[in-house]
Amino acid sequence: MSELTELTPQNPVEQFLRMDRIPHIWCPGCGIGTSVNSFAHALIDAKIDTRNVAIVSGIGCTGRVAGYVKQDSFHTTHGRAIPFATGLKLANPKLNVVVYSGDGDLFAIGGNHLIHAARRNVDIKVVCINNLIYAMTGGQTAPTTPNDVITSTNPYGTFDAAFNLPYLVEAAGAVYVARWTVFHVKQLARAMQEMFAKRGFSFIEVLSPCPTLYQRRNKMGDGLDTMKFYKEVSKIRNGASTKDVALTKSGEITVGKFVDRERSDYRELMHDRLLDSLGDDYVETEACSCQ
Amino acid sequence: MHADPAGVMTGTHFLDGDHACCEGALAAGARFSSGYPITPSTEVVERFAARVPTVGGTFIQMEDELAASIALQGAVWGGAKAFTVTSGPGFSLMMEHIGLAVMTETPCVFVDVQRGGPSTGLPTLPAQADMMQVRWGSHGDYEIIALCPNSPQECFDLTITAFNYSEQYRCPVFVMMDEVVGHMTEKVVIPPPEQIEVTPRRYTTLPPDEFLAFKPCEDLVPDMPRTGEGYNVHVTGLTHDERGYPDMTPAQQDKLVRRLQDKIKKNVDKITLYEEEQIEGAEVVVVSYGITSRVAQRAIELARKQGVRVGKFRLITAWPFPEKQIAEIAAKVKAIVVVELNLGQMVREVERAVAGKAIVRFVGHAGGSVHRPEDILQTILEVAR
Amino acid sequence: MAKGSVQIVVERCKACGFCVEFCPTHVLALSSAFNAKGYHTPYMVHPEKCSGCDLCGMYCPDFAIFGYKQPAPPKENAAVAAPPPAAEIKEDQDAR
Repeated sequence: MSELTELTPQNPVEQFLRMDRIPHIWCPGCGIGTSVNSFAHALIDAKIDTRNVAIVSGIGCTGRVAGYVKQDSFHTTHGRAIPFATGLKLANPKLNVVVYSGDGDLFAIGGNHLIHAARRNVDIKVVCINNLIYAMTGGQTAPTTPNDVITSTNPYGTFDAAFNLPYLVEAAGAVYVARWTVFHVKQLARAMQEMFAKRGFSFIEVLSPCPTLYQRRNKMGDGLDTMKFYKEVSKIRNGASTKDVALTKSGEITVGKFVDRERSDYRELMHDRLLDSLGDDYVETEACSCQ
Repeated sequence: MHADPAGVMTGTHFLDGDHACCEGALAAGARFSSGYPITPSTEVVERFAARVPTVGGTFIQMEDELAASIALQGAVWGGAKAFTVTSGPGFSLMMEHIGLAVMTETPCVFVDVQRGGPSTGLPTLPAQADMMQVRWGSHGDYEIIALCPNSPQECFDLTITAFNYSEQYRCPVFVMMDEVVGHMTEKVVIPPPEQIEVTPRRYTTLPPDEFLAFKPCEDLVPDMPRTGEGYNVHVTGLTHDERGYPDMTPAQQDKLVRRLQDKIKKNVDKITLYEEEQIEGAEVVVVSYGITSRVAQRAIELARKQGVRVGKFRLITAWPFPEKQIAEIAAKVKAIVVVELNLGQMVREVERAVAGKAIVRFVGHAGGSVHRPEDILQTILEVAR
Repeated sequence: MAKGSVQIVVERCKACGFCVEFCPTHVLALSSAFNAKGYHTPYMVHPEKCSGCDLCGMYCPDFAIFGYKQPAPPKENAAVAAPPPAAEIKEDQDAR
């Protein structure tokens, strides 16, 4: 058996998956699984102690990532992955806390938490799978849905402005901001790896097809058509000004690393302030333990 | 085990209930709190923010009560004992995460310093009108534990009990204060740490490959894993199996939700705390809790002076409701008078437990001030006749 | 001999076509056969061109395919570990 094990090649991502839960619930042509491949490769390439990597998700299609990744994983409530992650990180600073969730979860119901975590510069890594729609609930308008798109709650087309996620997150204070699509599997894996090396609030927007509820309803083809569209219209512009990277229904997609800057994170700031004020009375904790 | 001396401010102090609650949390081992300002509860976390950096721990002011009530749960899974503090409107916002704590069996403590409602209501004035909300406010079937202190000393003592229950039964536990108890200042005796019993977290001793995160022990409560130690646990608010994996079948739903209830229901005798006085031979028993019990005490004494045999039953554990004790009393007395700072909440539970075996009379108003003892006295005299 | 090969867990495949489209050496094609869920799954139409780069694996949203560098395992043992063997159909035996 051991000889066979040595000879049988293994899919390198499977070590990070709960294989007893595969096949997953995502639709044919959905890109969330593809992003998980990039994430698994980032875990391999980052050469970190993966026991310390904890995944926190909210609710939605991407919220299910926590259930498929074989790490300590927390599938929380709608929009609240970031405050959960904040508590997890502050109580146990050795953890590498990754929030993996969708655009509706992170920017609508969870938008306030996101901007405050970025403002505080809590050391958490946020991967936002942006499929431009509420998918799990049946294709309703999201704060990311571009104009002139048919959704189940804008049956005559969307008309209100969408968030430009990198611009918003940079303004709120993130130290690392990038955007890729699930077509850019290698670049995405590299960005995730960079995010692990970064201290502070880091954010990657990942555009991903929702063939079932976005593309099909808008006669934009299937998942593969969307991947080809990403390939065709994406322009890599590292260092682009985030105010220029807003998305439209069929226009250019600017991808790349937009922000990579240094700023003390929440724990460092707290530590410095308390030490300055309290001197010897300050008791620093590396990890809380209720033992 | 005994309390960590670092958090115990041993001595005799003159403290208000909010500050005593904070000291209770520190003595119980709380090293994390996430809060959001709201009258009349904020003093608890203001003191915690000042004290905890000298003990070793973290306070963070979050952006709202939704964040506060889940950040603490992240901290619990990170290894801390954690709590949050709020009042009416904030408590309403926290309901979703009470359900999460129940479903994920996250040991944590919520302190609700009750004020008048609905909505913004009476921000600076007392009420006891969140008693049903704490029991039923989140969706779905569940059981929680709620304790009702009636003095700053009890704010200290019962906050420790709340943490101990939460660790023992792995559920959210609530300290149901009110504005008057929170703001009244009295003597509070904090014992030395070796006299304070603290329940440690029930961490599993099994290795990761033998451990199922939600497999209950004999007492129906599962042991906890440590995050970051290779257990690779999955924690979800979805209906889940013993591995923690989503399993959304009617059978699993019934099995899980029943266990979450039973782990409290079947331990009700261990959880129930109450104070009773002169029940034997009483014709009337006054049932009350929190600040109201102190006004009721005066009314009881006045009635006894007039020759009425009055007993006292004070709920310390409001939930799970001590229905066995109330039923026993009902079989022995003519009438039960229930006094609350609301328009009738726990009285419904009393009526349910009494089941027609005695007269039940309610004395209450919608909050804003404590009762006048005379109002309670009048009802006692009416039913005693 | 090809520099690499792929393994396919046919029953996980949902036929999105990502692997076929983005294989840099055009090794793969969707077969006319169905898997149990009714999807046309990929097979190696040009196995000799495979470099084992695993880009197919990086793209596959269903963790159903991956590439590896040769030497190849013995063919009869090539199926990957999970799910149970009965559910696994080797692409070159059944999927064509």
